Amino acid sequence: MSNHDARVTEDELHAYVDGALPADRLAAVEALLAADPEAASRVAAWRAQAAAIRARYGPVADEPVPERLSIERIALRASGHWRKLIRAAVIGFAIGGAAGWFGHEYSNFGRNEQIARAIADAAIEAHRLYINEVRHPIEVRADEAHLLPWLSRRVGSTVRAPDLTAEGLKLMGGRLLTGPRSPTALIMYEGAAGERVTITCTRAAREGSTAFYWQAAGEVGALAWVEGGLAFVVAGPAQRERLDRVARRVYEAYEVAARDRN
Amino acid sequence: MSAVRRGLESVIPALRRFARALARDGETADDLVQDTLVRALRAEHLFHGGDLRSWLFTILLNLDRNRRRGLARRPVLAVIEDVDPAGEPGTDGSGRDIARGLALLPSEQRELLLLVTLEGLSYREAAEVQGVPIGTVMSRLSRARSTLRGHLEGKRPQLRQVK
Repeated sequence: MSNHDARVTEDELHAYVDGALPADRLAAVEALLAADPEAASRVAAWRAQAAAIRARYGPVADEPVPERLSIERIALRASGHWRKLIRAAVIGFAIGGAAGWFGHEYSNFGRNEQIARAIADAAIEAHRLYINEVRHPIEVRADEAHLLPWLSRRVGSTVRAPDLTAEGLKLMGGRLLTGPRSPTALIMYEGAAGERVTITCTRAAREGSTAFYWQAAGEVGALAWVEGGLAFVVAGPAQRERLDRVARRVYEAYEVAARDRN
Repeated sequence: MSAVRRGLESVIPALRRFARALARDGETADDLVQDTLVRALRAEHLFHGGDLRSWLFTILLNLDRNRRRGLARRPVLAVIEDVDPAGEPGTDGSGRDIARGLALLPSEQRELLLLVTLEGLSYREAAEVQGVPIGTVMSRLSRARSTLRGHLEGKRPQLRQVK
């Protein structure tokens, strides 16, 4: 086979370094390297470069992938759902004739209502997405001590996970979402029948509060309100009474904590 | 999760590695990966087989080129020759050298060298990702390696003397 005798090209030296050289040329390349110190030092330098590149950047692939690069989360973003829903909610509210929307000088009252409605739509969407997630419904499990400190830090206000055992709900854990204004915490509970209830919580205007808004979208229902600088949404199976009770417990958990502080 | 999504998920670590080497800054690199995944998911229905990894690298490189074009329009003070802290041999010191050396390469050479050495793409795959004939890949590779060698050995002329 004449392959053994053909002159070694520079392309073949590269292929040798990159492990892409056909086996029948290996002997010819190695013979050249033994005989030609210049070629040998070139090949050694190229190998050292490749090794340095891999040493420098290779470990990046072993780092944990940050949450913002999770496929579920990006799928949500790629669909543009959050933004579309928030826009729709804001427009719907404006058409509804809320005071203060016109112009930029809207009051905290109007702003909080907008936030409550916007976050309700977004929270229902997130609720739907994550309750059906079998393997990764949550990011941090309830038994991990940093769950609430972490969410509180990211949301920028104390996030609580009230005990809902009386409603037959067990705390699973939580995750962080993007929100209409700032990061949003999602806390998930699971009932005996495997049904899931989520509490979504994000920062709202400091002053002012709103009523409870009920919103049902198919089999999912949600209650949204703003109180004490935070907007809340409780979402779950569309059973108004049960969600009302859950919402009340959430409300009280924050209310009691606020009273204790004062 | 669809097969494409599972595939995407499995390539994320490699995309992050590649982006980090391209952009150097970790946040910028993850932004690139995030935008790549958003694009890929939006175009998911357009993907009919083929090599998912190559497709993603192609998207990422296009985004990176756009990013750099955007940067070029703004005046930027880029420190190219930041001085290595003395007495730091080993991974750290040489790591900084390789990063600086890569930064000095023309972008298409840097991209190629990283596709081949860091990501292990074949010359043919790299040619497809860069959208050039294989001959161009070989000449780019050759120029990249010779420039990088000049840079690395120019710094420390006595060090890499082969016996």
